[in-house]
Amino acid sequence: MRRHETSSNLFISNLFISNLCVEASPTLMTTTLSVTSRRRFSWNWLGLAPFFLFSILFIFLPSASLFIDSFQNQAGQFTLENIAGLFEPPIPASYLLSIQISLATALMGGLLGFLMAYALTVGNLPRWLRPVTLTFAGVASNFAGVPLAFAFIATLGQVGFLTVLLRNVFGWNIYEAGFNLYSFLGLSLAYMYFQFPLMLLIMIPAIEGLKREWREAAENLGASTAQYWLRVGLPVLMPSLLGTMLLLFGNAFGAYATAYGLTGGNLQLITIQLGAQMRGDVLRNPNLGYAMALGMVVIMAVCISGYIWLQRLSERWLK
Amino acid sequence: MSQRAGWFAWLIFMIGALYFVLPLFGTFVFSLQKVRGSIGFSAYTAAFANPDFLRTFLFSSLIAVLTIVASLALIVPTAFWVNLRMPRWRGVVEFITLLPFVIPAIVLVFGVIRTYGKPLTLFGIPLLPPLLNTELSTNIVLVAAYTVLSLPYMYRATDNGLRAMDVRTLAEAAQSLGASWVTVLMRVILPNLRTALLSGALLTFAIVIGEYTIAAFLARPMFGPYLQLQVRNRAYEAAALTIVAFALTWLAMGIIDLITRQRSTPLTGGR
Repeated sequence: MRRHETSSNLFISNLFISNLCVEASPTLMTTTLSVTSRRRFSWNWLGLAPFFLFSILFIFLPSASLFIDSFQNQAGQFTLENIAGLFEPPIPASYLLSIQISLATALMGGLLGFLMAYALTVGNLPRWLRPVTLTFAGVASNFAGVPLAFAFIATLGQVGFLTVLLRNVFGWNIYEAGFNLYSFLGLSLAYMYFQFPLMLLIMIPAIEGLKREWREAAENLGASTAQYWLRVGLPVLMPSLLGTMLLLFGNAFGAYATAYGLTGGNLQLITIQLGAQMRGDVLRNPNLGYAMALGMVVIMAVCISGYIWLQRLSERWLK
Repeated sequence: MSQRAGWFAWLIFMIGALYFVLPLFGTFVFSLQKVRGSIGFSAYTAAFANPDFLRTFLFSSLIAVLTIVASLALIVPTAFWVNLRMPRWRGVVEFITLLPFVIPAIVLVFGVIRTYGKPLTLFGIPLLPPLLNTELSTNIVLVAAYTVLSLPYMYRATDNGLRAMDVRTLAEAAQSLGASWVTVLMRVILPNLRTALLSGALLTFAIVIGEYTIAAFLARPMFGPYLQLQVRNRAYEAAALTIVAFALTWLAMGIIDLITRQRSTPLTGGR
């Protein structure tokens, strides 16, 4: 997600997984401590009051103000103009570009991350590689924004390390061959840097959750490794695979700093458009910005709900 | 079969490893070439010598520390209370702490600017002056926004830590010895949560120190926007600072790794 891009993802892997265990656990404090009194009831509420006050002030109020403003014109009257404005150029193209890049990096990052998780768990790699790779992945999935953008400029830019290496040693000028770092492909490559490690972090516990008995049972029944994966392994993992890819999608969709740092606003992602709108340039209708933000939240909400739903589905098998 | 799997696994692993290392290596090599025709660390000395670096870096560190303090002060009592007294509210609290995943940073800061750029009123009654008018109150808003970003990690870390110990028994034992709620929290629960809270705090630090979006739009002199400026104007110094930012992230993650691996058994007995 990223959210806030520096979306630190070490914990995400078990974020929702532990959710369900709790609901099932009966240890949760009924009232052994209760010295019945009416006063205590109000005290209990007070305990959560600071948290709710904070969330109202800094999550709900800002969101609500954007929501309300999306349905108002500059004079403060109710209107659907802003929402309608979302469907006029250049906004749909921006949403589409953001969706495309999120989809591409979610799929590619998901594939590479999954294959790597597979290699580290089921493949016969030396054991010591695993903790090292996990730490690397933890760092990489948190390495985003301006530093990440610059790391790619220094590597694949016009005079980047890899560009020069390929040209001088292999005689292959990637820029003459049509590559451009400040493009869809270039930004996707940069996003991949935090996408696939996140997938890796989440998939490793999932793959480990596959029970040895299933594999043995399949083998006893004469299944080959390929058959086991196609008929048992992958179907069981499918909800987590898809769910995590939704998470990756959201991760890329909300990213701003990396894209801004790399392309400086050339690539018209929806976050870049929104940023430009906030800086006070461009669009004729300032209130359109609120609608753009609302649209983003809606898309993100769909992604994350899908992720939570799929994660719950996968709980059934992977405990 | 297993041999082929090994070959394939190595290939995939090498691709992933190269993907991870190459950009860093590229940046590092780049950062050493400030003086034409020679290799050296002059980009680093130049970057560190710039007073703006120290200023923004210290400011970012200060904001990060304040965010950690605010986040801990908000989350620890809440998670503790939810675990002990308000289990029914667990779902709601958890949901709220996950909202920062749904609301991208740029949308959050947009809403914050919209809300606090003007006086805050409730049914026409003024509650707060425009917070973004003075530097101090803008910094408060900045810390609050970062606290929002830290919610998912901090709450998760705290909640995991709380579940690893028997909160109920510990609280009852302390109370039966005459401890107040504050004492229970400060002297019994907190010491048991050290590992968990340290992970959450380090992660928050790593997030805040290089954050760009919120800092840029609230126009605060943070390290993220400063780095962006350097990227435009002084490429070699920017490369050096990128390596520094990476090293910091690495350090934070490394320490988290270290402290969570030697899983200190949550103490339920005396010590």
